[in-house]
Amino acid sequence: MKVSYYPGCSLHATGKEYGQSVRAVSKALGIELKEVDDWSCCGATSAHSTNFKLSIALPARDLIAAERDAMDVMVPCAACFNRFKTAQHYLDKDKALRSEIESIVGARYQGGIRVRNPLDIVSNDVGLDTLAGKAVRKLTGLKPVSYYGCLLLRPPEVCEFDDYENPVLMDGILGALGADVRSWSYKTDCCGGSLTISKTGIVVKMVDKLMTMAREAEANCLVTACPVCMANLDMRASEHVRLPVFYFTELMALAMGLEGPEGWFKLHNIDPRPLLAGLGLV
Amino acid sequence: MKTFLEEVNEMIGGVPIQRCYHCRKCTAGCPLAFAMEYNPNRVIKMIQMGMKEEVLGSSTIWMCASCETCVTRCPNQVDIARMMDALRQMSIESGRPAKEANVLKFHNAFLANIRLGGRINEPIMMVQYKLASGDLFSDMAMGVGMFMKGKLSLLSPRTRDMKAVRDIFAKTKP
Ligand code: SF4
Ligand code: SF4
Repeated sequence: MKVSYYPGCSLHATGKEYGQSVRAVSKALGIELKEVDDWSCCGATSAHSTNFKLSIALPARDLIAAERDAMDVMVPCAACFNRFKTAQHYLDKDKALRSEIESIVGARYQGGIRVRNPLDIVSNDVGLDTLAGKAVRKLTGLKPVSYYGCLLLRPPEVCEFDDYENPVLMDGILGALGADVRSWSYKTDCCGGSLTISKTGIVVKMVDKLMTMAREAEANCLVTACPVCMANLDMRASEHVRLPVFYFTELMALAMGLEGPEGWFKLHNIDPRPLLAGLGLV
Repeated sequence: MKTFLEEVNEMIGGVPIQRCYHCRKCTAGCPLAFAMEYNPNRVIKMIQMGMKEEVLGSSTIWMCASCETCVTRCPNQVDIARMMDALRQMSIESGRPAKEANVLKFHNAFLANIRLGGRINEPIMMVQYKLASGDLFSDMAMGVGMFMKGKLSLLSPRTRDMKAVRDIFAKTKP
């Protein structure tokens, strides 16, 4: 299959290992990625926190660029995904706003292309059986908790993604790779998001709680699909509670025996290699 | 003259917030309530009572992390997350100083960075934030570490059509 691809700013920078692993697993699964032409930032929390129209116009510019290719657009970053879905939601339901945004962006918005996260594409288009068949090295001994956070799921009528109180797509993927996925009730709790820079102390409290609860569920790592969650968990958790954190695509690549994982793991703040070496996975 | 409640409802453009019957489900599930000056449902009451100064001058509106748990769980579909966005925007547009100044300085640095290159360049954005906030030394070691690992680059690719991006900023300016 072929899809449009919106990497967003993080996947070139702090979320580099997410971007590289998304590309690697897509290639291995036969998903061809066509990068959205000359994309710009979605505006993230900073736009919608301060200026509503700006927060719709920025992703609208990218949606319009993606529409030219007339394919589903894959958006791996949970924060970008949320802004794209929110923009579509408002543009589809509010005609007056749509024409105003069209004149701001200087192009017509057609609608109709689907904004999709790779969790959804892997689960529903590739399928877990195919994925399990490609997992040459089962992740035996890895006990992850799936951490979805906020932005893939809420609000549910905007995101239209998985069960919003108990999402299961990532659990399914990790299970197909042979991991012993632990159940816990903090899947959809907030990590503090962009407050991490301006209100660091508060975010430390929030991620420490997540780490503590993951330990209580007898997990030995956390798995995410969001560069903001990754940055907060990986860099803000206190030393006495922290556990390694992975992007789900890094673990897919590892299980599929693809090139790259060791280099990505080096980029983590909490080095996951001792855990993986102990399990014979690297 | 419009009441504060009418102004807020107009900006949200959805369910009027007076549908709230103060079950406090939003507050119970809010991950930041512990750090807020006023709980989310209390803000609704204050808006109904016309307490504009107190609400727009509060830390609560800047502490909300936009996790959207409140609106997801509200039995009356009151969109508190959107309300918090609207209150922040009203506070900025009225020229009030933000009670949590660094939160707003971060947003401003982030948006200035998009206006500059169309995409976020994290090292430059952090320098812009640090200069504005005066918080020069926290995270310094972390930043240098990430830079050495090749995660942060000073020369990340920019959007080519910068005119389009700048136009968006110019035309959405309040
Ligand atoms: S959950 Fe809804 S109805 Fe209940 S207190 Fe909050 S806003 Fe009001
Ligand atoms: S969106 Fe804001 S007010 Fe609502 S639950 Fe999240 S942090 Fe609290």
